Amino acid sequence: MSTIEHENSSQNRRITWEGCSVLLDINDGDRLLFSRLTAGSIVKIGNKNYPLQPLIGCPFGSLFQVENGINGPCLSRVIPTPEANNNTEDKREGAVKDESRDNRALIDNNTAQTLTGEDIEGLRRQGASGNEIVEALIANSATFENKTAFSQEKYRLKKQKKYAPKVLLRRPFARSVCDTYFKKYPARIGFLRVDTLSLLLSFANVTAQSDVLVVDMIGGLITGAVAERLGGTGYVCNTYRGDSPHSLEIVRMFNFGDEINRRIVRLPLTELSASHVGDSKGNGHLQVADSIENPSNQSDVTLSSIQSDQPVSMEATTVASEDEKPDTVTVVAKVHKAVQPGEKAPEDAIKSWKENGFSSLIIAAPDADAWNIVKEVLPFLSFSAPFVIYHQYLQPLATCMHNLQVEKMAIGLQITEPWLREYQVLPSRTHPHMQMSASGGYVLSGTKIYNEDQPNK
Amino acid sequence: MLLTDSTKKLSFNRKISDGDLVIVYEKHDTMKAVKVSEKSVLENRFGVFKHSDWIGKPFGCKVSSHKGGFVYLLAPTPELWTLVLSHRTQILYIADISFVVMYLELIPGCVVLESGTGSGSLTTSLARAIAPMGHVYTFDFHEQRAEAARADFEKTGLSSLVTVGVRDIQGEGFPKDLVGVADAVFLDLPQPWLAIPSAGEMLKPDGVLCSFSPCIEQVQRSSETLTSKFTDIRTFEVLLRTYEVREVKMDQCQSEEGTPGSHRPSKRKHRASEASHWQQDSSGSPVVMARPSSEARGHTGYLTFARLRCVE
Ligand SMILES: C[S@@+](CC[C@H](N)C(=O)[O-])C[C@H]1O[C@@H](n2cnc3c(N)ncnc32)[C@H](O)[C@@H]1O
Repeated sequence: MSTIEHENSSQNRRITWEGCSVLLDINDGDRLLFSRLTAGSIVKIGNKNYPLQPLIGCPFGSLFQVENGINGPCLSRVIPTPEANNNTEDKREGAVKDESRDNRALIDNNTAQTLTGEDIEGLRRQGASGNEIVEALIANSATFENKTAFSQEKYRLKKQKKYAPKVLLRRPFARSVCDTYFKKYPARIGFLRVDTLSLLLSFANVTAQSDVLVVDMIGGLITGAVAERLGGTGYVCNTYRGDSPHSLEIVRMFNFGDEINRRIVRLPLTELSASHVGDSKGNGHLQVADSIENPSNQSDVTLSSIQSDQPVSMEATTVASEDEKPDTVTVVAKVHKAVQPGEKAPEDAIKSWKENGFSSLIIAAPDADAWNIVKEVLPFLSFSAPFVIYHQYLQPLATCMHNLQVEKMAIGLQITEPWLREYQVLPSRTHPHMQMSASGGYVLSGTKIYNEDQPNK
Repeated sequence: MLLTDSTKKLSFNRKISDGDLVIVYEKHDTMKAVKVSEKSVLENRFGVFKHSDWIGKPFGCKVSSHKGGFVYLLAPTPELWTLVLSHRTQILYIADISFVVMYLELIPGCVVLESGTGSGSLTTSLARAIAPMGHVYTFDFHEQRAEAARADFEKTGLSSLVTVGVRDIQGEGFPKDLVGVADAVFLDLPQPWLAIPSAGEMLKPDGVLCSFSPCIEQVQRSSETLTSKFTDIRTFEVLLRTYEVREVKMDQCQSEEGTPGSHRPSKRKHRASEASHWQQDSSGSPVVMARPSSEARGHTGYLTFARLRCVE
C-alpha cells in the first residue's frame, strides 16, 4: 500500500485553468449555468456584470461572494474558517433548543421591515458589503426576534440570496451536467434523470478500453458520459441513419482534452454495414466537415442566453484545451489544433469493429421506435456483450423486449424504472423532500447471445 | 472481467478457453459463476454439462447437457457478478451501486477508499470505474471476509486494481499513508459517523464522500458529523421498479349497439337480451403490454453524499 503516486489526467484536474469549462451554481442551485473561464468572460448576477477572471486557478468547490471592488463589481473567494464552522454548529444547536417557540404571534404585513429601498442604496454607497446589508435588514426587522430559529434561518437565506449572492464553482462531470440539464432543459435530454443515466452506464458495462456503440439522440449526454468513463481509451462511436449526425452539443460542457475528444467519433450506419472496409472512404470528408459546425450549435446559444443574456456562451470557439493560449505555450503548441469531439471514426477502428464487434451498445432515442433501431445496430455488438436502451415511454421498450425474445437475439432482458427520492435531514426535521421527480424514464437491458441459426451478418 | 487485458476483450472471435470465468445462465434469476476447467463438469437440474464441450465455443453461446437441457455461457461483468457472488454479508445492488459510482464522480485514474468490503459487490464496480490506472483501497475488520474478498478479486481478475486491508476503520480510521490521496470515500459501516473524521483527512479538497446506511438514525448522526468539514450534504434513496412484459389478447368489449354515431354496424348476431352487457370478442390481435412486477425491493438504504469543503 505504498505506491500512492497516481498521476492526474487533465480530466481529473481539481483546479481551474484558463479556458476550462465550469458549472456556476448561483445561490444554492437557484441558477445553474455553464461557462468557459477566459480573461474576458463575465457572469451577470442581478443587474451587474462580474468578470470570471478571479475564478481562474481556483479549486473546484470554491465559493465566491460579490463585492464592490475598486474596478467595479467583482467576485471574491470566501474561505470558510474553522470558527465559521463552529458558528454554524452553534446555530444548529440553537435550532434544537428553540423548538418551543412558534409563529402564532407573527403578522406578515410588510411593515415589519423599517429599512427602505433608499436606506439600502445609501448603505451601499457608503460601501457596505452584502453581508452587512443582510445584518442591517435583520436588525431593522420588527418580527425577526419572534420567529422560530427555522424561520430566522429562512429569512436570512432569502435576504442573503438577494443582497449577498454566492457563486459556487462546480466541476462539469456527467453527474452535474445531467443534473443541470434535467433541472433546466429536461426535454433536450429526453427526460433522462441522473440515476437513470448511471444505470445505463452500469448495464452497458462501460469501462476503460471499451468500444461503445451509441445511438445518442439526446444532445450528446450519453456520448459525454461514456467518454468520461473511458478516460481517453477505447472509443465511443455515435452512429446515425441519414446524412446528419446527431448533435453533440452537450459534450462541450465537459472538460475533455484532446486525448478524450479523439475517442469520441461518429459513423453513419451505412458505413458500418458496408462489408468492405474500403467502402467507407468516399464520404469521409463530408462527415468531418460536418462534425461540429452543424446548425445544432444554435441550442448552445440559448443554453446560455436564456440565463439572463449570458454573453459567456459555450459556443465560444475556444473549445478545447489551454494549449491554444499564446501566453502559456511555445511556438510548437500554437500550430497544434485542438481535437474536436465527433470526428469521423478512423479506418483502423472501423475495421476492428467489423471484425470484433463493439463491447457495448447504448441507445437513447426518446422519440424513435426502439425496436427499429436495435434490430439494425445489434448485429454490430459482440456476442455476450450487454446492451441497454433508454426511452421516455414504456410501451416502445415493451414491444422491443418482446421482439428480442421472439427472435432469440438476447437473454437477461429486463425493463426497469428507477425511482429517486431526496431527503431533508435536519435535527428533528428529517423527511423526504416535498417535491420529487416522478419520472426519470425507462430502461431495457439485456445481453446479446450467439445464435447458431443466425450467425452474425 | 474488465477489458484491461486485450486478449480477454470480447469479440466475435473470442472463444471460451480453459481457465476462463464464465457465468452460467439458466434464467434471469438463476445464474452461477464457473471457472472453466477441461476435466470438470457442471451438474444442475438440466443434467450434466462437460466443460470440455464449452472450450472453443464463443461467449454468449447455448450449450447442452447429456440430457439435452441447455444453459447459456456469458462473459462476466460486475452486474452479473453481483447476482452470482456468495453473500457473506448484505450487499449493494445495481441501483445503489450505479448511483454511488456516478455521484462519487469516479473516472479512470481515481483513487477510492471503501469500508467495509463485505462481499465485494460494490468494490467490483468501483474497480471498473477507476481502471486501468486508478486504485481501490478497501478495508474490513473481519479477517475471513477480507481473505474471501481477495480470493474473489483474484478470480475476477481485479487484484491489480484493488487492495484489501484488514482494519477497524471505525476505531482506527484509514491508514495515515492514504492521507490526502482519495478522490472519493465510500462507507458501509454500522456507525459511519465514527469514520467520517478520518475520511475527511483522506479526501482531496472537493472530494466526495458517500455513506450507505439502512436506518434513518444512522443518517441523522452522519449528517450532523459531516457539517463540520463537509458541504453539499445530500441524502437520497434510490429504488428500481421492474416490469413484466406479456403478449395479451384483450377482449374487445364492444357494446352491442356499436358506438352511437359511428356507423359501424356489427356483422355478428347478438342476442337482444345481452344488450346491457359488453360483448366479448376475442378476435382482436394480441398486444404486448407491460405491468410492474408485483413484488420489489422496498428499501435498501439511504445514500448520504457530501463534499470536502475547500479551505485553501
Ligand atoms: C454490509 S457489509 C458491506 C457490503 C458491501 N458494501 C458490498 O456491497 O458487498 C459491512 C461490512 O463492514 C464490516 N465492518 C463493520 N464494522 C467495521 C469496522 N469497524 N471496520 C471495518 N469494517 C467493518 C463488516 O465486517 C461487513 O463486512
